[in-house]
Amino acid sequence: MISLDVGWGTTLAIKTVVVLGIVPLTALILGYVFLLKMMSHMQSRLGPMDPGGFHGWYQLIGDGIKFLQKEDITPAEADRRVFALAPAIVVLSTFLVFVVIPAGPRVAVASLDSKSAFDGVGVFYALAVSSLSVIGVLMAGWASSNKYALLGALRAAAQLIAYELPLVLAVVGVVIQTGTMSLQGIVSFQQNGSLFGWSGLGFPLILTQFVGFALFMVAAQAELTQPPFDMPVAESELVAGYMVEYTGFRFLFFFIGEFGTAFAFAALAATMFLGGWSVPWVHGTAADFLGPVVLFAKVMFVAFLMFWARFTYPRFREDQLQAIAWKWLIPIALANILATGVLKVAF
Amino acid sequence: MIAENVVFGIIAAAMALGAIGVVRTKNVVHAALYLVVVLAGGAAQFILLGQEFVAWVQVLVYIGAVIVLFLFGIMLTRAPMHPKDSLDNDLRWPAAVTSLFLVGILVGLLVHTFHADKVDVQRPVRTADVTSSIFTTYIVPFEVVGVLLLGALIGAVVLARKD
Repeated sequence: MISLDVGWGTTLAIKTVVVLGIVPLTALILGYVFLLKMMSHMQSRLGPMDPGGFHGWYQLIGDGIKFLQKEDITPAEADRRVFALAPAIVVLSTFLVFVVIPAGPRVAVASLDSKSAFDGVGVFYALAVSSLSVIGVLMAGWASSNKYALLGALRAAAQLIAYELPLVLAVVGVVIQTGTMSLQGIVSFQQNGSLFGWSGLGFPLILTQFVGFALFMVAAQAELTQPPFDMPVAESELVAGYMVEYTGFRFLFFFIGEFGTAFAFAALAATMFLGGWSVPWVHGTAADFLGPVVLFAKVMFVAFLMFWARFTYPRFREDQLQAIAWKWLIPIALANILATGVLKVAF
Repeated sequence: MIAENVVFGIIAAAMALGAIGVVRTKNVVHAALYLVVVLAGGAAQFILLGQEFVAWVQVLVYIGAVIVLFLFGIMLTRAPMHPKDSLDNDLRWPAAVTSLFLVGILVGLLVHTFHADKVDVQRPVRTADVTSSIFTTYIVPFEVVGVLLLGALIGAVVLARKD
């Protein structure tokens, strides 16, 4: 049993450093494993092999250092303050989501659980702060004073607004079934549940909320503006959409924002549908140490699914993209909520 | 209680500055961004009152959706980077009178309704309590608002359709 008895100031400092360190690290891991290596192998090539000696593991770190020493360019006609603030807001929303994701019974930066584990608002908080990045995207596109950037930002705003609804509605099914909005509460529901009396695996909610899981994954893909939902950054027509004028360190912020948010959404999906940090038969302090490892493995699996889709399908057209959200995902999500509610009352 | 009052004062001052920015700036996009400060301050005040759920509703709905729609609408029509003509008009004095009148009504109503009620800020309000009061005590106003929004939605569709 390890117990650290430090003041709240020290605790706050430790937590801040941990979050500030973990978010870029996760972006690096996803970028290296999936963007550089998995995509290369899916396309019958090797990807970076030389930097660092082993399969080019040092490539992205080198890229990061390269970004740091590039010139920081602000367009002459740009709105300087808004232009500088936009990447910070995008990355801030990523940092804020990470704060509530639990990695063990007592391993979480802030659980937002007030009295008992069933009072918290963790899921709702995560979805609320993840919606802040749209503001940053719109600010970036407008302040760049560039037609491509503005078009990209408008497409991004229309897309993120449309897909935020199915993202939130997909989670409602989970909240109804578990009866809590706390992420810890959802994990403990899955750990303590049982399948027809057999409690070996707990009760991963994907079994009953598979529709919700599928909706969440599609909507998360669109929220990340990843292919096949990458109209806002379509390189063949908009160059790079809202980030076309950004260089060096500020561009790095958008990169960390994109891949860090991908990791955060994968972690939310793993927590809500695959049991999160819970390991069968492991409780107490052991779960605090094993939990982060298990959660990381599950997150990598979910992220694998996301990037698999990303590297496989071609881009949707703008009208197809809107039709999928409004005509398919939202009605299916509402039907899922209705069915979950009826079954919850029936059983 | 002192700490809460100090924090309330700081947030309220930031909100007031943001609100002044909304009406003072000459750039419509800047006005919308100042409005984000005001709304975020509102969310912070809700947290100070222990209303976590309401605070995050404020963030999700107002900052994440309403402001985005504002910005979207502004940028879709016209959003000049360096506007030449001022956004002001000649109605300063009527506006001042109206806002003083509004402040008077609001302060009067709040004092009349809550009087000397103390808010227990030490204990966060459970989401379950918020929802059960919406769906029992306030069920009629809630449903009326729902029907009103549905009516507005159908009205918007009727106005926007060409055929």
